[in-house]
Amino acid sequence: MKCFRLFFVMSAILILNLPTVFPTISALAAGEKLKLEKDEITLGFIKLTDCVPLVIAKEKGFFEDEGLYVTLQAQANWKVLMDRVIGGELDGAHMLAAAPLGHTAGLLTKAHIIIPYVLSVNGAGITVSNEVWQKMKPHVPTENGKPVHPIKAEALKPIIEEFKAAGKSFKMAMTYPVGTHNYVERYWLGAGGIHPGLYTSTDTSGMTDAEVQLSVTPPPQMAATLESGTIHGFCVGDPWNQQCVFKGIGVPVTSSYFVDRGIPDKGFGVTKEWADQHPQTLLAIVKALIRAGQWLDEDNGKNRVEAVKILSKPEYVGADQKVIANSMTGTFEYEKGDKRSEPDFDVYFRDHASYPYYSGAVWYLTQMRRWGQIAEPKPDDWYDQLAKKVYRPDIWLKAAHLLVKAGYLSETDIPQTDGYKPASGDFIDGAVYDGRKPNEYLKQFKIGNTN
Amino acid sequence: MIEQTQTLHVKENNNTVGGRLLQGWDRFVTALSLPLCSLVIFLLLWSAVAARINTSLGKLPGPMQVATQAKVLWNEHLLERHKRKEFYERQAKINAEKLAADPTSERKVRKYTGKPTYLDQILTSLLTVFTGFFLASIVAVPVGVICGLSRPVMMALNPFIQIFKPVSPLAWLPIVTMVVSAVYPNNDGFLSKSFINSAITVALCSLWPTVINTALGVASIDKDYINVARVLQLKILPKIFKIIIPASLPLIFTGLRISLGVGWMVLIASEMLAQNPGLGKFVWDEFQNGSSDSLARIMVAVLTIGVIGFLLDRVMVLLQKAVDFGK
Repeated sequence: MKCFRLFFVMSAILILNLPTVFPTISALAAGEKLKLEKDEITLGFIKLTDCVPLVIAKEKGFFEDEGLYVTLQAQANWKVLMDRVIGGELDGAHMLAAAPLGHTAGLLTKAHIIIPYVLSVNGAGITVSNEVWQKMKPHVPTENGKPVHPIKAEALKPIIEEFKAAGKSFKMAMTYPVGTHNYVERYWLGAGGIHPGLYTSTDTSGMTDAEVQLSVTPPPQMAATLESGTIHGFCVGDPWNQQCVFKGIGVPVTSSYFVDRGIPDKGFGVTKEWADQHPQTLLAIVKALIRAGQWLDEDNGKNRVEAVKILSKPEYVGADQKVIANSMTGTFEYEKGDKRSEPDFDVYFRDHASYPYYSGAVWYLTQMRRWGQIAEPKPDDWYDQLAKKVYRPDIWLKAAHLLVKAGYLSETDIPQTDGYKPASGDFIDGAVYDGRKPNEYLKQFKIGNTN
Repeated sequence: MIEQTQTLHVKENNNTVGGRLLQGWDRFVTALSLPLCSLVIFLLLWSAVAARINTSLGKLPGPMQVATQAKVLWNEHLLERHKRKEFYERQAKINAEKLAADPTSERKVRKYTGKPTYLDQILTSLLTVFTGFFLASIVAVPVGVICGLSRPVMMALNPFIQIFKPVSPLAWLPIVTMVVSAVYPNNDGFLSKSFINSAITVALCSLWPTVINTALGVASIDKDYINVARVLQLKILPKIFKIIIPASLPLIFTGLRISLGVGWMVLIASEMLAQNPGLGKFVWDEFQNGSSDSLARIMVAVLTIGVIGFLLDRVMVLLQKAVDFGK
């Protein structure tokens, strides 16, 4: 009886104190709390769907679980964002996966930036104006009355010739000179036999020998300039491709799922200096982001609808819910009414998507060399060394192991790799890419530098 | 004779309290009814035209949508304030618990990390414009006085004034940003860099009207005043503060008023690029959102900017009347 009474009293005390015990339990669950150098941080982002892991980490409390108090601040454009990270006003930011490579290599403002976490894989689309689509349609193979995807740039070639004959220039837009979309657009055009232009020592705008002139435009202006006819197409992340469909001003013809599947689109970046001064804080951020990515891709995307609701708030992406949902919930709409199932249109965590593979970095470097931004041929180990300087899977692994210990991740979520993905041919032209042999990869292209 | 008496009779009535009140009322009604009529006509025209224009961002918002969005922004503000209050209460509770459990434990008071609301953004814009305006005035008024007093100085400085006056804020901004980054490399300062960039750009663009008007005001002071100063054998500083500045106040204030107007316009443009969290950033962020409410929200911002600009102008006019004498 005494034992029973003792047991009863102890459990009563426990139950009555549960509210205060609970925080302790979740703190224990999140693992030993890291001793943070800085707990109030400001991160920048651009209003594109793939900033979603940052938003979810904040809104779902993953940052707070790590003891981080994060302010997310929308930036006007990529240049302002990169400048503010380099200048120190932002602790870190949502970045184009190739931008840190460009900046570290000195192609733009020289700054050593690292990516310890890949925010998204795929997620971009190439959209053309309605008139260009009408002209392209007869050249696109169809099946049962619907265009066969992927639509290759070969279908665009006759229109380019038409424009050339009429003395008009065919203009397309992308987001940043060392940005994902520049390389995806150029790859698509090059694969279709269209020259997108080269960067030379005297031409920093990349239009030498160009059959299509590519220039930088901020995403919201892409839609406006497409409508006005100033540009005839663009490559950008969503929701802008779907916005064009909803507003009837353009037609997406393909997505990065078809052009360069598996290559990282956006990464979370900080300067190396900041990372050296705040190693524990960086680990905490990456832990929270891994949990966010996991939540986003959980159970075949059951949480995606909630993510859409959160993203449509004006302080995040702000676009209408149905526009964001169109590409975030397993589908993608091409021609109006032609909605296809594309569950991998944007991937955040599945198939080790968030692990910063060196092969992803090297792919971007090969494309920078192909189009002349990297002025001279470089040996294979130059690519390898630069990739290792910028992409930091060691930090990702440290964070992932902490999460495994705390029970949030399972061992199978951690890839067994040396940092390079095996060779793959998942590109729109079928070219086989092996990250360990960049120069060999370059040799197989017909347009652009081949060494 | 009878008519004259009648006219006198009427005139007498007008001078009574009742008569004067009636006259005042008449004037008030006329003063109010004309703008009111034109406002109603404007709103009707706006609704009619908006319904017909179809942009790619949806129909051009009419007055009803704009009013709805204004209400939405106000509600968002209240909701955010409520969330902030809850956050601080939660934090206070956690800190109190920590204190109770262990008096020596480290307790931090952290700032709420939610977004700035529409009213916060209005306040930021006002703060920035006043800082820029203040910077501009403390530079422009002394320079203007010196230019007005000395013709050689005026001729020397005039080319610079004329060349820098037309420069747009968007052209100054990159230069200002780089200089501020170089001079102010750390971010431990009290003020954020975006605030400084915006304030300096506002100052650079808005100081010219004040310089020109002050110089003009000082140069065109009544010669009698200068003679009085000579007669009294005033030294230069008392001469400036007791005679020159008071005499040229009307033109100085005109310059200040124009400068504030220019500064307010420049502020919105510079905020868009400098990322200062004010109304300019609000407009640019809404443009980037591209939602079906975005145009209406941008129109709310346009109207807010206009109303605030008008109020700022009125404040300057009141200040001017307060210091003006002889009018």
